[in-house]
Amino acid sequence: MLDDADRRLLRYWQAEPSLSQGELAERAGMTTGRAVRRIARMQELGIVQGVSAVIDWAALGYAVEVSLRITLDKTQGNAFDAFMAEARKVPEVIELQTFLGRVDVRLSIIARDMAHYQQIYRASILTLPHISEIEALMHVARIKASEGLPL
Amino acid sequence: MIELDETDRRLLKTLARDAGQSTGVLGRRLGLSQPATWRRIKRLEEAGVIRSRQLRLDAEKLGFGVTVFLGVKLALRGRVSLDDFERAVTAIPEVQTVEHVLGLYDYRLRVVARDLPDFERVLRRRIMTLPGAGEVEANVLLSEERLAGPL
Repeated sequence: MLDDADRRLLRYWQAEPSLSQGELAERAGMTTGRAVRRIARMQELGIVQGVSAVIDWAALGYAVEVSLRITLDKTQGNAFDAFMAEARKVPEVIELQTFLGRVDVRLSIIARDMAHYQQIYRASILTLPHISEIEALMHVARIKASEGLPL
Repeated sequence: MIELDETDRRLLKTLARDAGQSTGVLGRRLGLSQPATWRRIKRLEEAGVIRSRQLRLDAEKLGFGVTVFLGVKLALRGRVSLDDFERAVTAIPEVQTVEHVLGLYDYRLRVVARDLPDFERVLRRRIMTLPGAGEVEANVLLSEERLAGPL
């Protein structure tokens, strides 16, 4: 579906998402017109979904980030859906993932400080439905965050 | 710390979803002039609130059908250098994110692979052979949602 030139474009774009289509074309060694057509095609195919800004919550005063690994009580038929629906309503939850493995769901939670975290944990997390077990991992540092694909 | 007004919050929320539109288009949606929009984005970038931009690609359409989160514990027999581990793990192309965490595991990795056999290859050849790598727990990602957060 993609050829080498497409992959080259994606590699450069992925490394520097702020590049204009002209700059991108230049790096990938093709004319702007050709790059624009290729990019438009990859957007139409849904391969390229768009560019997003990544927010640094620490810069907004959210110094604490905790990853909560949750096992649900699966004897309840609707445990997943009910849990997810309620977890989405907690404003401090910034990521929700479901898994196949020892852990069912993972939530990323941000808080201003440990006192704030404890308050969120008690008032908004422990009250979520169908939790059978919770493990917390406290975020210390982000070593690599590119999320790039090995194209 | 930077103070955000209602317009900044709406701007950030919009950019987190789609940062690919021009400042003119963005401004019209928020009821701002193009220069005013540009100034606000500049201010958010300078304050570090917008950490970076990210190209969103459909991993599955590009042939990466499997995403696995790994919890890695360092084996503390002998002296293990965190720097050595971090340098080596960051260099693996299939490893998209590396977080240093506190709790049950020392590091949390996000790994992409073409399929499960490909993942097994990455795990055996690249992850298990990392300097200091000890116990590893794998959870296969089924679904993922990014939420707007407390804006």
